[in-house]
Amino acid sequence: MAKLPKPEELAKVDFKPPKTGWMDTPANLKPGTFCWGAKAKNLQVVDFPNARDWNPTEDDWKLPKEWEGTVLEAMADRLSKYRSFKLFLDICVRCGACADKCHFFIGTGDPKNMPVLRTELLRSVYKKYFTNSGKVLGKLGGARELTYDVLKEWWYYFYQCTECRRCSVFCPYGIDTAEITLMAREFMNLLGLNTDWISGPVSNCYTKGNHLGLEPHTITSSVEFFLDDIETITGIKVEPTFNRKGAEILFVTPSGDLFADPGTYTAMGYLMLFHELGLDYTWSTYASEGGNFGFFTSNEMAKRLHYKIYAEAKRLGVKYIIGGECGHMWRLIHQYLDTWHGPADFLEVPRSPVTGTVFENACSTKMVHVTEFTADLIKNGKLTLDPSRNDHLKLTYHDSCNTARGMGLLEEPRYVIRNVCNHFYEMPENTIREKTFCCGSGTGLNASENMELRMQGGLPRANAVKHVHEKYGVNMLANICAIDRATLKASMDYWVPAVGVTGVHELVGNAMVMTGEKERTQDLRLEPLPGEEGNE
Amino acid sequence: MTLRDSLSERKENIIEKWFERIIDTYPPDTSRFLKDQKDRFANPVGATISRGLEGIFEEILKDEQDQAKVSKFIDNIVRIRAVQNFNPSQAISFIFLLKNIIRDELTVDVLHNHNADELLALESQIDGLALTAFDIFMNCREKIYEIKSNEAKDMTFRLLQRANLLKEKQNHVADDMNDVTQ
Amino acid sequence: MHIAVPFFTVIFLVLIAYAGIEAAHLHVLFGIVIPYAAFTVFVLGFILRVRNWGRSPVPFRIPTTCGQQKSLPWIKASTVENPSSTFGVIVRMALEILFFRSLFRNLKTEMHEDRVVYGSAKWLWLAGLAFHWSFLIIVIRHFRFFLGDIPFVLEMVEGLDAFLQIGAPLLYTTDIIILGAVTYLFLRRVAIPQLKYISLAADYFPLFLIFGIALSGVLMRYFFKVHVVGVKTLTMGWLSLSPVIPENVGVIFYIHLFLISVLLAYFPFSKLMHVGGVFLSPTRNLINNNRMKRHVNPWDYPVHVHTYEEYEEEFRDKMKSVGLPVEKE
Ligand code: SF4
Ligand code: SF4
Repeated sequence: MAKLPKPEELAKVDFKPPKTGWMDTPANLKPGTFCWGAKAKNLQVVDFPNARDWNPTEDDWKLPKEWEGTVLEAMADRLSKYRSFKLFLDICVRCGACADKCHFFIGTGDPKNMPVLRTELLRSVYKKYFTNSGKVLGKLGGARELTYDVLKEWWYYFYQCTECRRCSVFCPYGIDTAEITLMAREFMNLLGLNTDWISGPVSNCYTKGNHLGLEPHTITSSVEFFLDDIETITGIKVEPTFNRKGAEILFVTPSGDLFADPGTYTAMGYLMLFHELGLDYTWSTYASEGGNFGFFTSNEMAKRLHYKIYAEAKRLGVKYIIGGECGHMWRLIHQYLDTWHGPADFLEVPRSPVTGTVFENACSTKMVHVTEFTADLIKNGKLTLDPSRNDHLKLTYHDSCNTARGMGLLEEPRYVIRNVCNHFYEMPENTIREKTFCCGSGTGLNASENMELRMQGGLPRANAVKHVHEKYGVNMLANICAIDRATLKASMDYWVPAVGVTGVHELVGNAMVMTGEKERTQDLRLEPLPGEEGNE
Repeated sequence: MTLRDSLSERKENIIEKWFERIIDTYPPDTSRFLKDQKDRFANPVGATISRGLEGIFEEILKDEQDQAKVSKFIDNIVRIRAVQNFNPSQAISFIFLLKNIIRDELTVDVLHNHNADELLALESQIDGLALTAFDIFMNCREKIYEIKSNEAKDMTFRLLQRANLLKEKQNHVADDMNDVTQ
Repeated sequence: MHIAVPFFTVIFLVLIAYAGIEAAHLHVLFGIVIPYAAFTVFVLGFILRVRNWGRSPVPFRIPTTCGQQKSLPWIKASTVENPSSTFGVIVRMALEILFFRSLFRNLKTEMHEDRVVYGSAKWLWLAGLAFHWSFLIIVIRHFRFFLGDIPFVLEMVEGLDAFLQIGAPLLYTTDIIILGAVTYLFLRRVAIPQLKYISLAADYFPLFLIFGIALSGVLMRYFFKVHVVGVKTLTMGWLSLSPVIPENVGVIFYIHLFLISVLLAYFPFSKLMHVGGVFLSPTRNLINNNRMKRHVNPWDYPVHVHTYEEYEEEFRDKMKSVGLPVEKE
C-alpha cells in the first residue's frame, strides 16, 4: 500500500524553506499575488519603451537587449536627481523599526515585504555598482549583481508595495520605502515591465481624459443617470454643466466615482451639494480624472497626465478648482501638481462663495479639497442637516494613506462625518490617522488576478474594522478615496461581510435637507430610509 | 478520571503545541514573525490563529458544543489560510494536527484510565471539525471568485445601464445582470 | 558569516595594534601617522559625503505628515508633527535627533486581549537613546585631552557622569551604559529572527568596533591605569602639529587609539553616516506648506501632453451630439 502523507507533511507549504539568505533566494511568483503583464497597445499609446505583449509566468520576459545597462544608467540618473533616493539608500541602519509596520508583511508574513528588506533588494544592487564598499566587499558588504532573478524579484516585490508610507512614519530617519518603490517602478517601466491593470488606465487617461476611458458623451450620460436617481429621491432636478467657460469653479474628481458603486453615490452627493449651494461650477470631460495611474509607472508619465487639470482650468477661465474625494490624487495635487505645472497664476486664491472663507492653505495651488470646503460650510451653518437619516448606519472612518501621510487631512472629514451622522466610532489608535493601514490595493494593485494578495494586504485594515464591528456594531466604513471605495468593498466582503463602504459625501447627500425637496423615503442607494422600511 | 478531565488539565500545553505546529506549516521566516508578536493589530494572523485554537478547544471540552461558535472560530482561521496559497488539504490539515497531539499527550492516561472509547469518540468529533473546516474553505474560495466577478460586474453595470440593456434601472441586483449577460 | 567576519576583523585589529607596539615598536606609526591619517579621512570623507548628498536636489516637497495639516483656522493644526513653518520643522527635527521621536512612536501602549502591554520596540528606543547619548558624553569628556585649561562646563559634565561616586578613579556611568547598550543592540540583532535575517556584516562591524573601543577605554581607565599625563602630552602634541611620543604609555592605549582610528576612517563609507544624513531627510526636514508656496524642481523639463485641442479633434462630433460646447465648430 502506498504510504499516505501524514497531516504534518500535508500541512507543509510546498514552498521550500530558504536555507540560503535572502540574497540567494529567488522570488517565487505565487498565483493570485501578481498582476498580468501590460499589453503592447497600451504602452504604444504613451510611447513607453519595449512595448510588447508579455506574461510574467513565462520564463522569458522579452527584455530589451542590454537591459542591465539601461537600469544602471537610469539608476545613476535618478541618484543625481533625487536626494531622497540617494540618501535613503545610504543611511538605513537596518534597525528594524519599520519591519513589522507594512500591511503586506503583516498579512503575508513574507520577509521580503518588510520595508527594510524591500529596499535592500534594490540597495544591494546600488551598493554593487555605485559604492566602493560594495565593489570591494561584495556579498559581505551587502552587495549583489543585477541578474535576471534579481529583476524578477524587484518586479514581484515592488508590485507588492502600495507606496503607503506607513513605514516612513516609524523610521528614525524618515526613510520612505515609497520613494524607493517609485524609482524601482521607473526602472522597470524602461524595460516595458508594466502591468496591464496600470497601463490600461494610463493610456485611457492620456487620450480620453480618464482612467476608465469614458468618452465625453458617456460621461454626460453617466451623470444623467445620477440626476434621474436624485430626482426620484428628492424630487429635485439637478442640472450640472460640463466644459462651461466662465464658471467660477472647476470640479475634478476620480472617474471611478462615475462608474462603479458605491463611488457613484458619492458622485451623487457632490451633485446634490453643489446644486443646493447654487455653486457656479462646471465639470470637465477633458480633465475628467483626478487620479493618476501614471504615478505608478514614472514621474514623467504622472506629470503628463496631471497636465490637464490646470490646462482645463485655464481654458475655461475658472477662478479655482475643487477636488473630489480621492487618495493618491490628493497626494499628487498637494505635493506635486504645483511643482509640475505651476505657478497657477491664472487662478485666484480660493474663496468660498457661500461663506466667504478664503482658503489660505491653498493660496498657491488654488485647489481645495472637497471635505475642507464642506467642513467650512457646516461650521458656518450653511447647510441644513438631518443626521438621523443616517441613523441606520454605525460608522467608522478609514484614513487614506495619501491624505493622512502626504497631507495631514485628518480632521476635516471627521468633522463632516460627525455632523451628518449620529453614530461614529474610531478604530484602534494604532490603525488610524498617520498610522492608518492601507486598504491593501493602492498604487494600481486593485486588479482581480491578484485578489489573494489584496486580501492578505487588506487584512490589517479589515481586522481593525472587524474589531469595531464586534465591539460597537459598526456596519459602514467611510472613506475619502475612490480606490478605497472599490477595494475596501471587496476586502469587507471577504473579511467582515456585514460592513459596507461609503464615501463621505454620500453621507452628506443623505443628511442634507435640500430646499424644495419632497419628503425623502429612500437614501442615495434607493434603499428605504430608517423608519421607512415598512412603506415600500 | 474522564478523558475530558485529562484534556482540560493539559489544555494550555496542548493548545500551545497545536499553535506551534500550525505555525510550523508556514515558511520559517514567516513563522518566526507569527510566533513573535501577540498583538491583535500588529499581528492579526498569529493572533487570530491562537485565539481560534483556544476557542475550538474550549468548545471540544464541553459536553454540548455550540456548533455556531465552533464554526466561527474555524472560519476565522480558515478564512486566512484560504488566501495564503495553501491547497485545500493543506489549508484544513491543521485540524488533524490536534489528533496527533492529543494521542502524544494522552496515550499513557488512556491506557491507565481505560477510556479508549472516549478517545475514539473524541477523534471522530475532530473529524467532524475537519469536515466543517472543509466546507468553510470552499465557501471562502467561492467568495473570492464571487468578489472577482462582482468587481467586473460593478464595472460594467453602469455601462449596461447606459446602453439601456437593463430592464429596470432601480434593480441593482445581480439577477438582472445575469439576464443581460446570458 | 555576517557575524564571524566582523568579529574576527575587530580581534585582528586589536592584534595588529598589539604587535605593532609590543613587537615592532611602531609607536610613531600608531601614535601619530595613523591617527592623523584617520582624522583626515574622516573629515574629508564626511564633508564629501554630505556634499555628495547635497548635490542631488530635492525635486519635490514630500514631508511625511504625522498630524493634522494647517487648513481652516478653527481646526487645530499639529504644528510639530505636521509643520507649516520653519520653526515647526526645527522643533520636529530637534525631537527627532535629540529624542528619536519616530522610534518613540513604537512605544505607544497597545491593547492585547484587554490587557495593556507595551510594544517591545520601546527597548530599541531606550537602548538607541542610551547608546547615542552616552557616546556623545564620552566624546565630550575626551575634550579634556585637547584643552589646556579644563573649562567649567566640562568639569560639570564629568562630575555628573561620575555621580555614583564609586571607585578610584571615579566610575563614569556612561561607560557602563554604553557597554550595556551596545551589548543589547547586538543581542537584539541575533535574538530577533526578523532582524537577524536582515542584518549584514556592516551592521555587526561597528557594534564590535565600538564595543572594543569602549572596553579598551574602560580597561585603560580602571584597570591598567594608563599614564594620563603622557597621553595628554601626545594629544596636545597632535594639536600643535608637532607631536612627540611620550614614554610609559601602555599598549592598551595604542589599541584604544587604533580602534578609534579605524572607526574614524570607516565612518564616512558606512551606514554610520546616518548622523549626517538624518539632517537632510526630505520626509522630515521640509515644511508641509505645499499648497501655500510653490516648490521648484531644478531639473524640471517639458513633457509630451495630450492637449485639449487634440482631444476635441477626436471627439468633436460626439461632444456636439450631447450638446457639449466646443471650441471649433
Ligand atoms: S526603520 Fe529606517 S533605518 Fe530602520 S531598518 Fe527601517 S528603513 Fe532602515
Ligand atoms: S510604503 Fe507601505 S506598502 Fe510600501 S513598504 Fe512601506 S509600509 Fe509597505
